[in-house]
Amino acid sequence: MELTILWYLIPSLLMFCCGVYGFITRKNMIAMLISLELMLNAVDINFVVFNRFLFPGELEGMFFTLFAIALAAAETALAIAIIINVFRISEKIDVDDVTKMKY
Amino acid sequence: MEPVIPIIILALPLAMFLVLGLCGHKMAHRTAGILGTLGMGVTMVLAYITAFTYFFSGAPEFINAEGVRLQYVVFNPEWLSFYKDLAIKIGFLLDPISALLLVVITTISFMVHLYSNGYMRDHHGVWETGFQRFYAFLSLFSFSMLGLVVATNIFQMYIFWELVGASSYLLIGFYYTKPSAVSASKKAFIVTRFADLGFLIGILILSFYTGTFEFTDFTSVNVGKDTFAIDMSAPTAILAKFTSSPAPMFLGGSVLTWALVLIFMGGMGKSAMMPLHIWLPDAMEGPTPVSALIHAATMVVAGVYLVARLFPLYLMEETALNIITVVGALTAFYAAMVACTQVDIKRVLAFSTISQIAFMMVSLGVARPEFHHGLGYMAGMFHLFTHAMFKALLFLCAGALIHAIGSNDYTAMHGLRKYMPITHISFLIGCLAIAGIIPFAGFFSKDEILTAVFGHSIFWYIWMSAVAGLTAFYMFRLYYLIFWWKEHKIPEGHHAPHDQPWTMTLPLVILAIVSCVAGFVPFGNLVTWNGHPMFESVNFFTNLTALDWSVAAISLSVAVIAILIATVMYKKENPLPDKMKNALPRLWDWCYHRFYWDELYMFITHKIIFGCICKPIAWFDRHIIDGTMDGFAWVTQRLSFAIRGLQSGNIQFYVWVYLFGVVLLGAITAICLL
Repeated sequence: MELTILWYLIPSLLMFCCGVYGFITRKNMIAMLISLELMLNAVDINFVVFNRFLFPGELEGMFFTLFAIALAAAETALAIAIIINVFRISEKIDVDDVTKMKY
Repeated sequence: MEPVIPIIILALPLAMFLVLGLCGHKMAHRTAGILGTLGMGVTMVLAYITAFTYFFSGAPEFINAEGVRLQYVVFNPEWLSFYKDLAIKIGFLLDPISALLLVVITTISFMVHLYSNGYMRDHHGVWETGFQRFYAFLSLFSFSMLGLVVATNIFQMYIFWELVGASSYLLIGFYYTKPSAVSASKKAFIVTRFADLGFLIGILILSFYTGTFEFTDFTSVNVGKDTFAIDMSAPTAILAKFTSSPAPMFLGGSVLTWALVLIFMGGMGKSAMMPLHIWLPDAMEGPTPVSALIHAATMVVAGVYLVARLFPLYLMEETALNIITVVGALTAFYAAMVACTQVDIKRVLAFSTISQIAFMMVSLGVARPEFHHGLGYMAGMFHLFTHAMFKALLFLCAGALIHAIGSNDYTAMHGLRKYMPITHISFLIGCLAIAGIIPFAGFFSKDEILTAVFGHSIFWYIWMSAVAGLTAFYMFRLYYLIFWWKEHKIPEGHHAPHDQPWTMTLPLVILAIVSCVAGFVPFGNLVTWNGHPMFESVNFFTNLTALDWSVAAISLSVAVIAILIATVMYKKENPLPDKMKNALPRLWDWCYHRFYWDELYMFITHKIIFGCICKPIAWFDRHIIDGTMDGFAWVTQRLSFAIRGLQSGNIQFYVWVYLFGVVLLGAITAICLL
């Protein structure tokens, strides 16, 4: 059996859908952050796979992924910092309680 | 002539205004007063030097070989340049009337500056609030008035015309905490502004057809570098432009007539001619020195000056001159009638001012070159000069009385002659001068006006003689009621009224002396409409010998009879005035209420203009225009309240919406592509 592009894309799609599902349903902000990372990694896989199959000689997709991973790390640090601050103020990290920024 | 002195004459009062206006509050009151007075004193000396040089130096730019006085443009730089042919200049024109007005304005202004040092503080020496501001405004007024009289073009005159209006507004409303003063200042400003609208339209019409603003282009021809001689060929050329070009007729008058009448309308507003006179009596709410300076001697004669300035042009239009005559004669009689019944001494003097200015207007209106070389013009200017002196004197006396008594009402005065001898003598001299008793100043000028009127029409001569009689009557009525009649008892513990400090009495004495001798100035050789001297040679008694004694004798006897009647009626307390009042109740009532002009204006403005025009417009504005805008705002607000719930702050709800949107967009794209 040949390892076609679908063998890579389907797990990536599943990962992305899990991420979306988790982001929408989980109330804990840390869990939401994890779901967000899941979606990001699914996209990273897509980049690498498309690069590998469509433009075999090139490396743009690879490097883009590397950048995305670095950015995702930074973003996670930021998000964690925000979540900690929210926790310090309200002693909760439930996303339903963080609704002050409305109207 | 070097332009240095003229520049200083204009710049010094302006500098004083800036210094006193900006730094006055940091100065001591006394310093500010002395500074203002000194500044005006220097200006006065410079103006005297200028006028003296103009009249007596005999320099070729001022007087030519035939002895004709010329117009000399000292400097005339461009100020506002719109394009090639349209530029507004600011300059300094020296001719007989501007030199005369320089002397009059600076003299009276200096006297008033000096006098205010005493007047603007109470008996305990406490300075009036805003004393420095008062001096700043006086300087501003002096600057604007000087700029007005030396204007080389009609637009410069208009600019300074508005400036004197503004400074008059500021000074009438000097006691701005008093509601009556505030409304009086507004009234003065609005009425004169309304008249100035006519003036502006007149200027625009005139300059549209002639293509120039310069007075020298209107009335005179160039006879050398910067020198001009009044010559009828210039106004004739102007008239030709109006008659030959496609200048249309309008409402039965030629366009030139309309332009001149509209320009005269500006003069009517400033000079308080009927029906635009209503502001002047109310303007007496200002401090008395201001009334003396602005509302008696200088600003209110600006209208006369304007007509005199354009006089050769007015000669082109008989109709305009006749309108001036009729307006002047009616105003003179009206104001004299009203002055006979007023109780407030400043009001009497205000109406007397209106009446006397109307005399000058009539004099200009009847002046024709055919009759005694335009005697009326010379007489009008002569009366302007003498009237400024004796009316300023009367007002300053009134100020001294008000300062001593603390009331404008003559019923609070009575029998003051023993307490205030200097004021008494000065006031008497002023009264004799205005009544036209020989040899006081008013006699000569008024007699020359009457001669000029006599040469024009017998009817107006009789009319104006009657006004002269009324003038003598009401002035002596006022005099007797203030200084004779029965004395008031001085209450225990009160000081008797007394003459005021020297700063106030000195101007009175100086002006009284001037009022005695000003009549002997040989005006016929100094100020004539075309610069030609009237007499071959002059000496001190020229005016006396040149009198037309038949006219003089009649006017003198009319004045004496009027004074005698006033003496009989008012010297001692007696029932005669009341009897007369009861005999003619209707007439007395109308005079006392100033012929209900103010009520008429109130009716027209409030009932007709405000009620019928402004109210519907205001309703339309409030309800239709504002309503539409309010409606838009209301709808927007409702809508935003309705949808603001969407922004719940709940992130997961946002994600749901986003997801739904993406799926929808994807679906739509897919449908479109397939």
